Amino acid sequence: MHTLKQQWFGNVRADILAGIVVGLALIPEALAFAFIVGVDPRVALYASFTIAVIISFVGGRPGLISAATGAMALVLVSLMANHGLQYVLAATILTGIIQFILGLFGVANLMRFIPNSVMLGFVNALGIMIFITQMPYLIGAGSITYVFAIVTLILVYAIPRFFTYIPAPLIAIVVMTSIALISGVKLQTIGDLGTMPNTLPIFFLPDIPLNFETLKIILPYSLALSVVGLLESLLTSQVLDDMTDTPSNKNTEARGQGIANFVNGFFGGMAGCALIGQSVINIKSGGRGRLSTLTSGVFLMFLIIVLGDVVADIPMPVLVGVMIMVSATTFNWGSFKFLKQAPKSESLVMLITVVIILYTHNLAIGVVAGVILSALFFVAKISRVSVTHDSGIYKVKGPLFFASTTKFIQSFDNVTGSSVIINFENSQLWDESAVAAIIKVKQKLEQKSVTVQIQGLNSSSEQLYQQFT
Amino acid sequence: MKIAVAVDGSDNALRAAKHAIMLARYLPESNLEVIYVADYNKAKDERLLAQSPESLALKREQKVSPIEKLAKSAGVQIQSTMLKGTPSHEIIKYVNEHSIDQLVIGSRGLNAFQEMVLGSVSHKVVKHANCPVTIVK
Repeated sequence: MHTLKQQWFGNVRADILAGIVVGLALIPEALAFAFIVGVDPRVALYASFTIAVIISFVGGRPGLISAATGAMALVLVSLMANHGLQYVLAATILTGIIQFILGLFGVANLMRFIPNSVMLGFVNALGIMIFITQMPYLIGAGSITYVFAIVTLILVYAIPRFFTYIPAPLIAIVVMTSIALISGVKLQTIGDLGTMPNTLPIFFLPDIPLNFETLKIILPYSLALSVVGLLESLLTSQVLDDMTDTPSNKNTEARGQGIANFVNGFFGGMAGCALIGQSVINIKSGGRGRLSTLTSGVFLMFLIIVLGDVVADIPMPVLVGVMIMVSATTFNWGSFKFLKQAPKSESLVMLITVVIILYTHNLAIGVVAGVILSALFFVAKISRVSVTHDSGIYKVKGPLFFASTTKFIQSFDNVTGSSVIINFENSQLWDESAVAAIIKVKQKLEQKSVTVQIQGLNSSSEQLYQQFT
Repeated sequence: MKIAVAVDGSDNALRAAKHAIMLARYLPESNLEVIYVADYNKAKDERLLAQSPESLALKREQKVSPIEKLAKSAGVQIQSTMLKGTPSHEIIKYVNEHSIDQLVIGSRGLNAFQEMVLGSVSHKVVKHANCPVTIVK
C-alpha cells in the first residue's frame, strides 16, 4: 500500500467491515476512560470520533486505530480533579502542539533508545493502574454490583470461543444492560455520570485565562501526555508493521497524533493516542487501509447519536467488568518468564519502571526514569575493560572510552621489565579520554624507563590516536 | 505427493515434524513443506518481549530452524513458509490453496477446560482441511 489512493481505496469492503467492528469495540472503553478521568462520557466519545477521523487522513500508519485511551486518561485524572474540564481541553491542545513539533524533529528515531524492558514496565504498570481505578467501584459495593461485574467478566472471556464477529465486550454490555433493565435492579448507570451526546462535536475555545499561570498548570500534563501518547502510538505502529509486513512512517504518525490532539481539544475531546487492542482487532478483522480508521470513528459517532439514550442505561458494574478484562490484556503475562530469563539489569529496569509509575501515578516519569536507568546499565556493561599480560605483551579487551579508562590505567600500576607491548586488537578507542589514558600510561612507564610499544589499533582507533598525539 | 507440517516451536510440533520427515523419506516422490504461523493474538506480547523487530524475526526463525536441521541430516529437502494471522485459519487456507496431500500437525494435549478457553488448533484444522491430517501427540 504505497500510494495514497491505495491506502484509502485498496481494500474498501474489508476496511468498512473492520471499521464497523472497531467502532463497536471502541465504545465500551471510551465510556470507561471517561469514567476514569471523571468527565462526561461525551468528552471521551467526541475524542474517539475526532481523533479517529483526523488520524485517518494525517497518520503515518494506515490501519492504526487512535482514540481516547486508558494511558492518556490516567495522566489526566489529577488535572481534571484539581482544575476541571477546560484545563483538560487546553492540555490536550498543547499536547497536540508538542507532539507535532517532536514529530518535525524526528522523535520517532528515538524509539530505538527505549528498550523493551521499559516498554514492558509501561504496559504492566498501565494494566495494574487500570485495574486499581476500578476497585473503588467494587469494594464495599452491594452484592448485585459484584454479580454484574463478575458475570460480565465471564461473558467477555467466554463469548470469543463461540462467536468472534462482534466484539465480546459489546455483546456482554448489551446482554447485561438488558438484564438490568428487565429485572429492574437499581445500579449506577452511565447516565448518572453525565449527559450523552446527541450532536456532532462543535468547535469552541476552552474557557481558560491565557496567561503564564495556566501554562504552568497544563505544561507538565501536556509533556507527560506527549510522551505517553507517542510511546503507545509508535509501539502500536511497530506491532502493526509486523502484523501486516508493511513499513510505516513513524514521524508522520507522531505529527499526525499531534494534529489530531490539537483539533480534538477544540472540539471538546480529551487527549488520546493509538490503541493497541483495537488496532489489532482492526487488522484481525481484515482492516488494512485508512478507510478502516475513518469508518471506526464515523460509525462510533453514528451509534452514539442514534443510541444515546440506551447507552445511558448501561450499568457501571458492567463497564467495571469490561475494564478488568482490558487491564488483564494490557498486562504482559509473559513478563514473569522475562524476569526469570532476561539479564538481571533488564529485569531490574522493568521492575523499577513499574514501581516508579505506581508510586508517582505518572506513566511518563516511569518511562523517562526507565530509559535513563537502562542507559546507565548499558554504559556500565559496555565499560568493562580487561588487560591481561603475558611475557611483556599486554592485551586490552573491551572498548576504551571515558567510563572505562580508570580501570585501564590501573592495570599498568605494577609493570615489571624494561619494555612492554600494549595490544589493542580486541579493543576500540572511542574518545579523547581513551587517547589521553594511553598517553598517560605511556608517560608513566617511560618515567620508570620502560619502553612502550602500541600495537594492533584498528584504523578508526589509529586515526583518533594520531589526531590527539 | 505434497506433505506439509504445521509447527509452532513446541515439543509436540517437533515430534510432528520428525514424523513428517520420516514420511517424506519413505516417499521418494514427495515434497515437504514446513508452515509456521505467527499468531496475530500474540503480536503485541511478542513485540514487547523481543528487544527489537530484528530479534523478533530471529526468534520466529528459531522455531523452524531445528526442523530444517533435522530434515537436512535426514537428507530430506524442505521448503519453509512463514504466515501471519490466526493459526487455524492460516493453516487451513494454506493447505487448501496449495493442494497439500497430507498434513501433519502436533496436538498440544490440552484438557477439556484448557481447550474450551484456548481452543484446539488441530481440531479446527481436521474439520476444515481438504486433505488427510495426521495428529501427532
